[in-house]
Amino acid sequence: MLLLCQLAGTILQAASGLPLPGPVVGLVMLLAYFIRAGGPDPVMRDTAQGLLKYLGLLFVPAGVGVISELQALRENALAIAVAIPVSSLAALLVTGMMMNFLLRGKRDA
Amino acid sequence: MHSLLPPLHLFHVWAYLQTQPLLGLTATLVVWEISCFLDAKAGRKAWSNPIMLSIFILAAALLLTHTSYGNYFTGAQYIHFLLGPATVALAVPMYANWPAIKRDFGAILVSVTAGSVAAAASAMWIASALGAPHAVVISLGPKSVTTPIAMGIAEGLGGVPALTAVFVLITGIFGTVVCTAVFRLGRVRDWRAQGLAAGTAAHGMATARILLLSQTAGAFGGLAIGLNGIVSSLTLPVLVKLFGF
Repeated sequence: MLLLCQLAGTILQAASGLPLPGPVVGLVMLLAYFIRAGGPDPVMRDTAQGLLKYLGLLFVPAGVGVISELQALRENALAIAVAIPVSSLAALLVTGMMMNFLLRGKRDA
Repeated sequence: MHSLLPPLHLFHVWAYLQTQPLLGLTATLVVWEISCFLDAKAGRKAWSNPIMLSIFILAAALLLTHTSYGNYFTGAQYIHFLLGPATVALAVPMYANWPAIKRDFGAILVSVTAGSVAAAASAMWIASALGAPHAVVISLGPKSVTTPIAMGIAEGLGGVPALTAVFVLITGIFGTVVCTAVFRLGRVRDWRAQGLAAGTAAHGMATARILLLSQTAGAFGGLAIGLNGIVSSLTLPVLVKLFGF
């Protein structure tokens, strides 16, 4: 089912030329299905939660790819070493504080 | 008495294994288990996060054994492939928090857009001020966006997708390490705000980290990843044009 959504998403993306990757389109489609159907069935929920428990592991293979870009990284080390931390801190603070502010006084669901 | 099999030298076994998918796959899983064990032992500190530990250990092992990334990826691709279905699976925690998401959709959209623009504009401005070449500056723009979308954006704007993938990764590691401390510093206590900020600033890696702390935060992180992908593919071309990077 998850694969089906990803495949359908990828096909839809290729057909429409949306600037979004297949899995994201698939996510939106599955969410839309849940809203219509009144939620995921137990099998689907267990599968998804099992997969998401290992979400961190799934990033490791791509991450190890760092070793093949060492040259370009060395040449621009300073710019990268300043730009990434500063901009990431900015994004974390801007989004977090803005959301915290906009939700002030509203109870958590 | 002669042995039926020629003597197997360890080197030959190694040379054979290097080209087989089994080694990269097994190594990734074993290193992940060890990293999770170390993380639990260390009390889930920011610096002990298993994603970063695993990448560090595996990258060091590849460099030390002169194994190419291509060889490693022959095995690791089976794990990598699951990223797609896992992204789709984020719909499950998102549905669980759907009432909360729907109610505050305006606030969510404003916060994600602000964070997205802050990340991209500051990254490109700093890199360009420090003399990085055009291609590197452009490749830095979508670094907070999830890898597949980020690479697409970089390509469309004349950046280098492979470099963007690395920047996305560094951003993810950095965001994962600092996010809990930054939230304490900025007094961001709401789980929804924490998840949203983690997903916007440092995509799935920080979301995976914060999902270990709160399901709600994980759901908002997943939402932020998708939303930031959409927002960034629309705003980045405008930013690049506006500031002439």
